[in-house]
Amino acid sequence: MADTAPVPLLRVDGLDAWYGDSHVLHGLSFEVRDGEVVTLLGRNGAGKTTTLRAIIGILRQRQGSISLAGREIIRHSSNAIARLGIGYCPEERGIFASLSVRENLLLPPVIRSGGLSLEQIFALFPNLQERVHSQGTKLSGGEQQMLAIARILRTGARLLLLDEPTEGLAPVIIEQIGRTIHELKRQGFTIVLVEQNFRFAAQLADRHYIVEQGKVVDMFENATLERNIDKLHAYLGV
Amino acid sequence: MFTILGIPSQALFGQLLLGLINGSFYALLSLGLAIIFGLLNVINFAHGAQYMMGAFLTWMLLSYFGIGYWWALLLVPILVGIFGLLLERLLISRLHHLDHLYGLLLTFGLALIIQGAFRIQYGVSGLPYGIPVTLAGGQNLGFMFLPNYRLWVILLSLSVCLATWLLIEKTKLGAYLRAATENPTLVQAFGINVPRLITLTYGGGVALAALAGVMAAPIYSVNPNMGADMIITVFAVVVIGGMGSIAGSIVTGFALGLIEGLTKLLYPEASSTVIFIIMAIVLLLKPAGLFGRRV
Repeated sequence: MADTAPVPLLRVDGLDAWYGDSHVLHGLSFEVRDGEVVTLLGRNGAGKTTTLRAIIGILRQRQGSISLAGREIIRHSSNAIARLGIGYCPEERGIFASLSVRENLLLPPVIRSGGLSLEQIFALFPNLQERVHSQGTKLSGGEQQMLAIARILRTGARLLLLDEPTEGLAPVIIEQIGRTIHELKRQGFTIVLVEQNFRFAAQLADRHYIVEQGKVVDMFENATLERNIDKLHAYLGV
Repeated sequence: MFTILGIPSQALFGQLLLGLINGSFYALLSLGLAIIFGLLNVINFAHGAQYMMGAFLTWMLLSYFGIGYWWALLLVPILVGIFGLLLERLLISRLHHLDHLYGLLLTFGLALIIQGAFRIQYGVSGLPYGIPVTLAGGQNLGFMFLPNYRLWVILLSLSVCLATWLLIEKTKLGAYLRAATENPTLVQAFGINVPRLITLTYGGGVALAALAGVMAAPIYSVNPNMGADMIITVFAVVVIGGMGSIAGSIVTGFALGLIEGLTKLLYPEASSTVIFIIMAIVLLLKPAGLFGRRV
Protein backbone atom coordinates (compact mmCIF):
# COMPACT_ATOMS: atom_id res chain seq x y z
CA MET A 1 0.00 0.00 0.00
CA ALA A 2 1.32 3.43 -0.84
CA ASP A 3 2.38 5.72 2.02
CA THR A 4 -0.30 8.40 2.29
CA ALA A 5 1.23 10.36 5.19
CA PRO A 6 1.28 14.03 4.24
CA VAL A 7 4.63 15.65 3.51
CA PRO A 8 5.63 17.71 6.57
CA LEU A 9 5.79 21.45 5.98
CA LEU A 10 9.32 21.52 7.38
CA ARG A 11 11.66 18.57 7.59
CA VAL A 12 15.17 18.95 8.98
CA ASP A 13 17.25 15.86 8.51
CA GLY A 14 20.82 15.20 9.64
CA LEU A 15 21.61 18.90 9.94
CA ASP A 16 25.18 19.83 10.78
CA ALA A 17 26.22 23.47 11.26
CA TRP A 18 29.37 25.34 12.15
CA TYR A 19 30.37 28.75 13.48
CA GLY A 20 33.84 29.03 11.99
CA ASP A 21 35.69 25.99 13.32
CA SER A 22 33.10 25.24 16.01
CA HIS A 23 30.86 22.33 15.06
CA VAL A 24 27.54 23.31 16.69
CA LEU A 25 24.83 21.07 15.23
CA HIS A 26 25.48 17.36 14.93
CA GLY A 27 22.98 15.63 12.68
CA LEU A 28 19.91 17.37 14.11
CA SER A 29 16.58 16.10 12.78
CA PHE A 30 12.95 17.01 13.35
CA GLU A 31 9.82 17.77 11.38
CA VAL A 32 6.86 20.09 11.61
CA ARG A 33 3.47 19.39 10.07
CA ASP A 34 1.30 22.04 8.50
CA GLY A 35 -0.58 24.04 11.15
CA GLU A 36 1.44 22.70 14.07
CA VAL A 37 3.17 24.63 16.82
CA VAL A 38 6.38 22.85 17.71
CA THR A 39 8.94 23.92 20.29
CA LEU A 40 12.64 23.33 20.47
CA LEU A 41 13.47 23.09 24.15
CA GLY A 42 16.90 22.80 25.67
CA ARG A 43 19.51 24.38 27.83
CA ASN A 44 21.53 27.44 26.87
CA GLY A 45 23.99 26.63 24.12
CA ALA A 46 22.21 23.41 23.10
CA GLY A 47 21.86 24.65 19.50
CA LYS A 48 18.23 25.85 19.35
CA THR A 49 18.94 29.33 18.02
CA THR A 50 21.56 27.92 15.67
CA THR A 51 18.93 25.56 14.28
CA LEU A 52 16.64 28.46 13.37
CA ARG A 53 19.56 30.43 11.91
CA ALA A 54 20.52 27.42 9.81
CA ILE A 55 16.95 26.91 8.58
CA ILE A 56 16.52 30.53 7.48
CA GLY A 57 20.00 30.50 5.92
CA ILE A 58 21.68 33.16 8.05
CA LEU A 59 24.16 30.48 9.07
CA ARG A 60 25.68 29.41 5.77
CA GLN A 61 28.07 26.77 7.06
CA ARG A 62 25.60 23.94 7.18
CA GLN A 63 24.98 20.59 5.57
CA GLY A 64 22.34 17.89 5.69
CA SER A 65 18.81 18.43 4.49
CA ILE A 66 16.21 21.12 5.11
CA SER A 67 13.05 20.78 3.09
CA LEU A 68 10.04 23.03 2.96
CA ALA A 69 6.88 21.28 1.74
CA GLY A 70 9.09 18.64 0.15
CA ARG A 71 11.41 21.17 -1.54
CA GLU A 72 15.08 21.09 -0.58
CA ILE A 73 16.23 24.57 0.51
CA ILE A 74 19.62 24.05 2.14
CA ARG A 75 21.50 25.51 -0.82
CA HIS A 76 19.27 28.58 -1.07
CA SER A 77 20.34 32.03 0.14
CA SER A 78 18.44 33.44 3.11
CA ASN A 79 16.45 35.90 0.99
CA ALA A 80 15.35 33.09 -1.32
CA ILE A 81 14.33 30.96 1.69
CA ALA A 82 12.30 33.81 3.16
CA ARG A 83 10.55 34.23 -0.19
CA LEU A 84 9.46 30.60 -0.08
CA GLY A 85 7.29 31.47 2.90
CA ILE A 86 9.34 31.44 6.10
CA GLY A 87 9.18 34.36 8.53
CA TYR A 88 11.99 34.74 11.04
CA CYS A 89 11.84 36.56 14.36
CA PRO A 90 15.33 36.64 15.88
CA GLU A 91 16.21 36.30 19.54
CA GLU A 92 17.63 39.83 19.69
CA ARG A 93 14.43 41.10 17.99
CA GLY A 94 16.35 43.02 15.34
CA ILE A 95 14.36 46.24 15.49
CA PHE A 96 15.94 48.88 13.26
CA ALA A 97 16.83 52.08 15.07
CA SER A 98 16.80 54.21 11.93
CA LEU A 99 13.24 53.15 11.07
CA SER A 100 9.94 54.14 12.65
CA VAL A 101 7.57 51.50 13.99
CA ARG A 102 5.56 51.76 10.78
CA GLU A 103 8.68 51.42 8.61
CA ASN A 104 9.82 48.43 10.67
CA LEU A 105 6.40 46.87 10.16
CA LEU A 106 6.41 47.46 6.42
CA LEU A 107 10.05 46.45 5.86
CA PRO A 108 9.74 42.72 5.05
CA PRO A 109 8.28 42.43 1.55
CA VAL A 110 4.95 40.70 1.03
CA ILE A 111 5.82 37.41 -0.62
CA ARG A 112 2.34 36.01 -1.14
CA SER A 113 -1.24 36.80 -0.34
CA GLY A 114 -2.79 35.69 2.92
CA GLY A 115 -0.69 37.83 5.26
CA LEU A 116 -2.30 39.96 7.92
CA SER A 117 -3.29 43.51 7.05
CA LEU A 118 -2.03 46.40 9.15
CA GLU A 119 -5.52 46.67 10.67
CA GLN A 120 -5.41 43.02 11.73
CA ILE A 121 -1.92 43.50 13.14
CA PHE A 122 -3.01 46.54 15.13
CA ALA A 123 -5.99 44.57 16.42
CA LEU A 124 -3.53 41.94 17.70
CA PHE A 125 -1.07 44.53 19.05
CA PRO A 126 -2.91 47.76 19.91
CA ASN A 127 0.26 49.22 21.52
CA LEU A 128 1.93 49.32 18.12
CA GLN A 129 -0.82 51.42 16.61
CA GLU A 130 -0.42 54.02 19.35
CA ARG A 131 3.31 54.25 18.71
CA VAL A 132 3.36 53.82 14.96
CA HIS A 133 5.41 56.97 14.34
CA SER A 134 7.94 56.35 17.13
CA GLN A 135 11.47 55.23 16.42
CA GLY A 136 11.53 51.43 16.56
CA THR A 137 14.12 51.15 19.31
CA LYS A 138 12.31 53.68 21.53
CA LEU A 139 9.65 51.05 22.31
CA SER A 140 9.71 49.02 25.50
CA GLY A 141 11.17 45.50 25.36
CA GLY A 142 7.70 43.98 25.19
CA GLU A 143 6.57 46.32 22.43
CA GLN A 144 9.74 45.60 20.47
CA GLN A 145 9.00 41.89 20.74
CA MET A 146 5.46 42.49 19.49
CA LEU A 147 6.86 44.52 16.60
CA ALA A 148 9.37 41.78 15.76
CA ILE A 149 6.56 39.22 15.53
CA ALA A 150 4.08 41.57 13.88
CA ARG A 151 6.30 42.49 10.94
CA ILE A 152 6.58 38.90 9.70
CA LEU A 153 2.81 38.40 9.83
CA ARG A 154 2.27 40.84 6.97
CA THR A 155 4.39 38.94 4.51
CA GLY A 156 2.17 35.95 3.84
CA ALA A 157 4.76 33.56 5.32
CA ARG A 158 2.95 30.52 6.73
CA LEU A 159 5.89 29.08 8.67
CA LEU A 160 7.13 31.28 11.50
CA LEU A 161 10.41 30.76 13.30
CA LEU A 162 10.18 32.51 16.69
CA ASP A 163 13.35 32.60 18.73
CA GLU A 164 12.71 33.02 22.47
CA PRO A 165 9.89 35.53 22.12
CA THR A 166 9.37 35.70 25.90
CA GLU A 167 12.97 36.25 26.92
CA GLY A 168 13.38 39.04 29.45
CA LEU A 169 9.73 40.14 29.34
CA ALA A 170 7.29 40.88 32.17
CA PRO A 171 4.64 38.20 32.91
CA VAL A 172 1.83 40.37 31.59
CA ILE A 173 3.62 40.78 28.24
CA ILE A 174 4.42 37.07 28.11
CA GLU A 175 0.71 36.41 28.53
CA GLN A 176 -0.09 38.75 25.64
CA ILE A 177 2.49 37.08 23.40
CA GLY A 178 1.05 33.70 24.38
CA ARG A 179 -2.43 34.85 23.36
CA THR A 180 -1.02 36.09 20.05
CA ILE A 181 0.69 32.80 19.25
CA HIS A 182 -2.50 30.98 20.16
CA GLU A 183 -4.44 33.19 17.77
CA LEU A 184 -1.87 32.65 15.01
CA LYS A 185 -2.18 28.91 15.50
CA ARG A 186 -5.95 29.23 15.27
CA GLN A 187 -5.50 31.08 11.98
CA GLY A 188 -3.46 28.18 10.60
CA PHE A 189 0.11 29.45 10.91
CA THR A 190 2.78 26.82 11.44
CA ILE A 191 5.21 27.84 14.16
CA VAL A 192 8.60 26.66 15.35
CA LEU A 193 9.17 28.17 18.76
CA VAL A 194 12.52 28.17 20.51
CA GLU A 195 11.92 28.46 24.24
CA GLN A 196 13.57 27.99 27.59
CA ASN A 197 10.30 28.66 29.39
CA PHE A 198 8.62 25.28 28.88
CA ARG A 199 5.60 26.25 31.00
CA PHE A 200 4.90 28.93 28.40
CA ALA A 201 5.54 26.48 25.57
CA ALA A 202 3.30 23.83 27.12
CA GLN A 203 0.27 26.09 26.76
CA LEU A 204 0.80 26.50 23.03
CA ALA A 205 2.68 23.66 21.40
CA ASP A 206 1.53 20.39 19.93
CA ARG A 207 4.92 18.76 20.28
CA HIS A 208 8.23 19.48 21.97
CA TYR A 209 11.64 18.50 20.69
CA ILE A 210 14.48 18.36 23.21
CA VAL A 211 17.78 19.65 21.84
CA GLU A 212 21.02 18.69 23.53
CA GLN A 213 24.54 19.25 22.25
CA GLY A 214 23.40 20.04 18.74
CA LYS A 215 20.95 17.21 18.18
CA VAL A 216 17.40 16.24 18.98
CA VAL A 217 17.48 13.69 21.79
CA ASP A 218 13.79 13.30 22.57
CA MET A 219 10.31 14.37 21.56
CA PHE A 220 7.15 14.69 23.64
CA GLU A 221 3.59 15.11 22.50
CA ASN A 222 2.13 17.95 24.50
CA ALA A 223 -0.54 15.63 25.90
CA THR A 224 2.19 13.49 27.48
CA LEU A 225 4.12 16.37 28.99
CA GLU A 226 2.81 15.98 32.53
CA ARG A 227 3.59 12.26 32.48
CA ASN A 228 7.18 13.03 31.42
CA ILE A 229 7.75 16.05 33.60
CA ASP A 230 10.64 14.53 35.57
CA LYS A 231 12.40 13.53 32.38
CA LEU A 232 11.88 17.01 30.99
CA HIS A 233 13.23 18.62 34.15
CA ALA A 234 16.30 16.45 33.86
CA TYR A 235 16.83 17.51 30.23
CA LEU A 236 16.39 21.17 31.01
CA GLY A 237 18.26 21.11 34.31
CA VAL A 238 15.31 22.64 36.14
CA MET B 1 27.97 99.33 -4.48
CA PHE B 2 27.99 99.22 -0.65
CA THR B 3 30.29 97.70 1.94
CA ILE B 4 29.73 95.22 4.76
CA LEU B 5 32.33 95.22 7.57
CA GLY B 6 34.51 97.23 5.22
CA ILE B 7 34.27 94.62 2.46
CA PRO B 8 32.78 95.72 -0.87
CA SER B 9 29.47 93.92 -1.42
CA GLN B 10 30.57 92.80 -4.89
CA ALA B 11 33.59 91.00 -3.39
CA LEU B 12 31.66 89.59 -0.44
CA PHE B 13 28.78 88.17 -2.44
CA GLY B 14 31.14 87.06 -5.19
CA GLN B 15 33.09 84.97 -2.69
CA LEU B 16 29.91 83.66 -1.10
CA LEU B 17 28.73 82.59 -4.56
CA LEU B 18 32.06 80.90 -5.22
CA GLY B 19 31.73 79.20 -1.86
CA LEU B 20 28.25 77.99 -2.73
CA ILE B 21 29.50 76.63 -6.06
CA ASN B 22 32.30 74.71 -4.36
CA GLY B 23 29.82 73.69 -1.67
CA SER B 24 27.51 72.30 -4.36
CA PHE B 25 30.26 69.97 -5.54
CA TYR B 26 31.35 69.10 -2.02
CA ALA B 27 27.75 68.23 -1.11
CA LEU B 28 27.10 66.09 -4.19
CA LEU B 29 30.39 64.24 -3.91
CA SER B 30 30.27 63.72 -0.16
CA LEU B 31 26.66 62.57 -0.47
CA GLY B 32 27.73 59.76 -2.81
CA LEU B 33 30.62 58.86 -0.53
CA ALA B 34 28.34 58.82 2.52
CA ILE B 35 25.78 56.57 0.85
CA ILE B 36 28.47 54.14 -0.24
CA PHE B 37 30.15 54.13 3.16
CA GLY B 38 26.84 53.75 4.98
CA LEU B 39 25.86 50.53 3.26
CA LEU B 40 29.09 49.03 1.99
CA ASN B 41 31.45 50.19 4.72
CA VAL B 42 33.80 51.00 1.87
CA ILE B 43 35.72 54.26 1.86
CA ASN B 44 35.49 54.81 -1.88
CA PHE B 45 38.77 56.39 -2.77
CA ALA B 46 37.89 56.04 -6.46
CA HIS B 47 35.14 58.66 -6.02
CA GLY B 48 37.33 61.50 -7.29
CA ALA B 49 38.34 59.46 -10.33
CA GLN B 50 34.66 58.69 -11.02
CA TYR B 51 33.88 62.42 -10.81
CA MET B 52 36.72 63.05 -13.27
CA MET B 53 35.31 60.31 -15.55
CA GLY B 54 31.98 62.16 -15.50
CA ALA B 55 33.64 65.37 -16.68
CA PHE B 56 35.73 63.56 -19.31
CA LEU B 57 32.80 61.59 -20.64
CA THR B 58 30.86 64.84 -20.99
CA TRP B 59 33.73 66.26 -23.02
CA MET B 60 34.05 63.04 -25.06
CA LEU B 61 30.33 62.88 -25.87
CA LEU B 62 30.55 66.39 -27.31
CA SER B 63 33.93 66.03 -29.04
CA TYR B 64 33.42 62.58 -30.57
CA PHE B 65 29.64 62.28 -30.98
CA GLY B 66 28.35 65.84 -30.97
CA ILE B 67 26.16 65.09 -27.94
CA GLY B 68 25.74 68.23 -25.87
CA TYR B 69 25.48 69.13 -22.21
CA TRP B 70 21.79 68.36 -21.61
CA TRP B 71 21.99 64.82 -22.93
CA ALA B 72 25.27 64.39 -21.04
CA LEU B 73 23.45 65.25 -17.81
CA LEU B 74 21.32 62.17 -18.38
CA LEU B 75 23.72 59.79 -20.15
CA VAL B 76 26.94 60.28 -18.22
CA PRO B 77 25.63 59.35 -14.75
CA ILE B 78 24.05 56.24 -16.29
CA LEU B 79 27.22 55.19 -18.12
CA VAL B 80 29.60 55.87 -15.23
CA GLY B 81 27.02 54.33 -12.84
CA ILE B 82 27.11 51.12 -14.91
CA PHE B 83 30.91 51.22 -14.69
CA GLY B 84 30.43 51.46 -10.90
CA LEU B 85 28.06 48.48 -10.89
CA LEU B 86 30.67 46.40 -12.68
CA LEU B 87 33.43 47.52 -10.31
CA GLU B 88 31.32 46.53 -7.32
CA ARG B 89 30.23 43.19 -8.72
CA LEU B 90 33.62 42.15 -10.07
CA LEU B 91 36.02 43.56 -7.48
CA ILE B 92 34.67 45.34 -4.42
CA SER B 93 32.12 42.64 -3.51
CA ARG B 94 35.00 40.22 -3.00
CA LEU B 95 36.23 42.32 -0.06
CA HIS B 96 32.94 42.73 1.84
CA HIS B 97 33.94 40.30 4.56
CA LEU B 98 37.27 42.04 5.17
CA ASP B 99 38.26 45.16 7.10
CA HIS B 100 37.44 48.65 5.65
CA LEU B 101 41.11 49.13 4.95
CA TYR B 102 41.07 46.59 2.12
CA GLY B 103 38.23 48.41 0.35
CA LEU B 104 40.09 51.69 0.75
CA LEU B 105 43.28 50.20 -0.69
CA LEU B 106 41.45 48.63 -3.62
CA THR B 107 39.59 51.82 -4.51
CA PHE B 108 42.78 53.86 -4.05
CA GLY B 109 44.48 51.56 -6.56
CA LEU B 110 41.52 51.85 -8.92
CA ALA B 111 41.66 55.64 -8.68
CA LEU B 112 45.34 55.63 -9.67
CA ILE B 113 44.69 53.27 -12.59
CA ILE B 114 41.75 55.32 -13.91
CA GLN B 115 43.62 58.62 -13.56
CA GLY B 116 46.71 57.08 -15.15
CA ALA B 117 44.73 55.80 -18.12
CA PHE B 118 43.21 59.24 -18.77
CA ARG B 119 46.60 60.94 -18.27
CA ILE B 120 48.20 58.65 -20.88
CA GLN B 121 45.42 59.31 -23.36
CA TYR B 122 44.77 63.02 -22.82
CA GLY B 123 47.78 64.45 -20.97
CA VAL B 124 47.50 66.71 -17.93
CA SER B 125 46.62 70.00 -19.55
CA GLY B 126 42.96 70.85 -19.19
CA LEU B 127 40.42 70.42 -21.97
CA PRO B 128 37.90 73.20 -22.47
CA TYR B 129 34.12 72.64 -22.31
CA GLY B 130 31.83 75.54 -23.01
CA ILE B 131 28.85 76.64 -20.99
CA PRO B 132 25.61 75.54 -22.73
CA VAL B 133 24.16 78.37 -24.78
CA THR B 134 20.87 78.45 -22.85
CA LEU B 135 22.78 79.08 -19.61
CA ALA B 136 25.24 81.65 -20.95
CA GLY B 137 25.26 85.17 -19.56
CA GLY B 138 24.03 86.21 -16.17
CA GLN B 139 21.92 88.47 -14.01
CA ASN B 140 22.97 91.84 -12.66
CA LEU B 141 21.55 91.91 -9.15
CA GLY B 142 22.82 95.40 -8.45
CA PHE B 143 25.19 94.34 -5.67
CA MET B 144 26.75 91.55 -7.76
CA PHE B 145 26.73 89.81 -11.12
CA LEU B 146 25.27 86.28 -10.98
CA PRO B 147 26.29 83.99 -13.87
CA ASN B 148 23.36 81.83 -15.00
CA TYR B 149 25.38 78.63 -15.18
CA ARG B 150 26.61 78.98 -11.59
CA LEU B 151 23.07 79.59 -10.38
CA TRP B 152 22.03 76.45 -12.30
CA VAL B 153 24.78 74.40 -10.62
CA ILE B 154 23.66 75.51 -7.16
CA LEU B 155 19.98 74.84 -7.87
CA LEU B 156 20.61 71.47 -9.52
CA SER B 157 22.91 70.36 -6.73
CA LEU B 158 20.38 71.40 -4.09
CA SER B 159 17.60 69.58 -5.97
CA VAL B 160 19.61 66.39 -6.39
CA CYS B 161 20.68 66.45 -2.73
CA LEU B 162 17.09 66.98 -1.61
CA ALA B 163 15.78 64.25 -3.92
CA THR B 164 18.42 61.82 -2.66
CA TRP B 165 17.62 62.65 0.95
CA LEU B 166 13.90 62.12 0.27
CA LEU B 167 14.64 58.83 -1.48
CA ILE B 168 16.58 57.55 1.50
CA GLU B 169 14.41 58.93 4.29
CA LYS B 170 10.91 58.68 2.86
CA THR B 171 10.68 55.73 0.48
CA LYS B 172 10.54 51.96 0.82
CA LEU B 173 13.85 51.61 -1.03
CA GLY B 174 15.37 54.09 1.42
CA ALA B 175 14.02 52.06 4.33
CA TYR B 176 15.71 48.96 2.87
CA LEU B 177 18.96 50.92 2.58
CA ARG B 178 18.79 52.24 6.14
CA ALA B 179 17.87 48.85 7.56
CA ALA B 180 20.58 47.08 5.55
CA THR B 181 23.10 49.62 6.85
CA GLU B 182 22.21 48.50 10.40
CA ASN B 183 21.77 44.76 9.99
CA PRO B 184 22.22 43.40 6.46
CA THR B 185 21.97 39.78 7.59
CA LEU B 186 18.49 40.22 9.03
CA VAL B 187 17.31 42.31 6.08
CA GLN B 188 18.41 39.49 3.80
CA ALA B 189 16.52 36.98 6.00
CA PHE B 190 13.37 39.02 5.34
CA GLY B 191 13.61 38.20 1.64
CA ILE B 192 15.47 41.27 0.40
CA ASN B 193 18.39 40.69 -1.95
CA VAL B 194 21.04 42.65 -0.04
CA PRO B 195 23.99 41.95 -2.37
CA ARG B 196 21.96 43.42 -5.23
CA LEU B 197 21.01 46.38 -3.04
CA ILE B 198 24.69 46.95 -2.28
CA THR B 199 25.63 46.83 -5.96
CA LEU B 200 22.88 49.28 -6.90
CA THR B 201 23.85 51.59 -4.05
CA TYR B 202 27.46 51.67 -5.19
CA GLY B 203 26.30 52.35 -8.75
CA GLY B 204 24.03 55.14 -7.48
CA GLY B 205 26.84 56.73 -5.46
CA VAL B 206 29.12 56.60 -8.48
CA ALA B 207 26.39 58.11 -10.67
CA LEU B 208 26.19 61.05 -8.26
CA ALA B 209 29.95 61.58 -8.63
CA ALA B 210 29.58 61.45 -12.40
CA LEU B 211 26.72 63.97 -12.29
CA ALA B 212 28.98 66.31 -10.34
CA GLY B 213 31.58 65.75 -13.07
CA VAL B 214 29.11 66.80 -15.80
CA MET B 215 28.22 69.93 -13.85
CA ALA B 216 31.90 70.71 -13.29
CA ALA B 217 32.97 70.36 -16.92
CA PRO B 218 31.96 73.90 -17.99
CA ILE B 219 33.38 75.47 -14.80
CA TYR B 220 36.66 73.72 -14.12
CA SER B 221 39.14 72.59 -16.70
CA VAL B 222 38.54 68.92 -17.62
CA ASN B 223 41.74 67.14 -16.66
CA PRO B 224 42.77 63.78 -15.17
CA ASN B 225 43.76 65.32 -11.83
CA MET B 226 40.54 67.23 -11.18
CA GLY B 227 39.14 64.44 -9.01
CA ALA B 228 42.32 63.91 -7.01
CA ASP B 229 42.41 67.64 -6.22
CA MET B 230 38.83 67.57 -4.98
CA ILE B 231 38.61 64.24 -3.20
CA ILE B 232 40.77 65.05 -0.17
CA THR B 233 38.58 68.05 0.64
CA VAL B 234 35.47 65.95 0.11
CA PHE B 235 36.74 63.31 2.53
CA ALA B 236 37.21 66.06 5.09
CA VAL B 237 33.60 67.14 4.47
CA VAL B 238 32.38 63.57 5.05
CA VAL B 239 34.40 63.26 8.26
CA ILE B 240 33.07 66.58 9.56
CA GLY B 241 29.47 65.71 8.62
CA GLY B 242 29.73 62.22 10.06
CA MET B 243 30.72 59.10 8.13
CA GLY B 244 27.62 57.66 6.50
CA SER B 245 25.35 60.58 7.43
CA ILE B 246 23.30 61.72 4.43
CA ALA B 247 21.98 64.97 5.94
CA GLY B 248 25.43 65.61 7.44
CA SER B 249 27.09 65.41 4.05
CA ILE B 250 24.65 67.80 2.41
CA VAL B 251 24.61 70.44 5.15
CA THR B 252 28.35 70.22 5.79
CA GLY B 253 29.16 70.33 2.08
CA PHE B 254 27.37 73.61 1.50
CA ALA B 255 28.44 75.12 4.85
CA LEU B 256 32.11 74.35 4.33
CA GLY B 257 31.98 75.73 0.81
CA LEU B 258 30.70 79.01 2.26
CA ILE B 259 33.27 79.03 5.08
CA GLU B 260 36.05 78.39 2.56
CA GLY B 261 34.74 81.22 0.38
CA LEU B 262 34.61 83.66 3.29
CA THR B 263 38.09 82.66 4.41
CA LYS B 264 39.39 83.52 0.93
CA LEU B 265 38.12 87.01 1.53
CA LEU B 266 39.07 87.50 5.16
CA TYR B 267 42.35 85.58 5.39
CA PRO B 268 43.28 84.15 1.97
CA GLU B 269 46.38 82.36 3.30
CA ALA B 270 44.18 79.99 5.31
CA SER B 271 41.57 79.31 2.61
CA SER B 272 43.05 76.00 1.51
CA THR B 273 43.52 74.74 5.07
CA VAL B 274 40.44 76.03 6.89
CA ILE B 275 38.40 72.88 6.14
CA PHE B 276 41.14 70.65 7.54
CA ILE B 277 41.46 72.80 10.67
CA ILE B 278 37.70 72.37 11.20
CA MET B 279 38.06 68.64 10.58
CA ALA B 280 40.76 68.35 13.24
CA ILE B 281 38.64 70.27 15.76
CA VAL B 282 35.54 68.17 15.01
CA LEU B 283 37.54 64.94 15.30
CA LEU B 284 38.83 66.04 18.71
CA LEU B 285 35.47 67.20 20.08
CA LYS B 286 33.00 64.91 18.28
CA PRO B 287 34.79 62.00 16.61
CA ALA B 288 31.59 60.67 15.02
CA GLY B 289 31.18 63.96 13.14
CA LEU B 290 28.58 66.69 13.55
CA PHE B 291 25.69 64.51 12.33
CA GLY B 292 27.20 61.06 12.84
CA ARG B 293 25.79 58.37 15.08
CA ARG B 294 28.83 56.18 15.38
CA VAL B 295 32.59 56.36 15.30
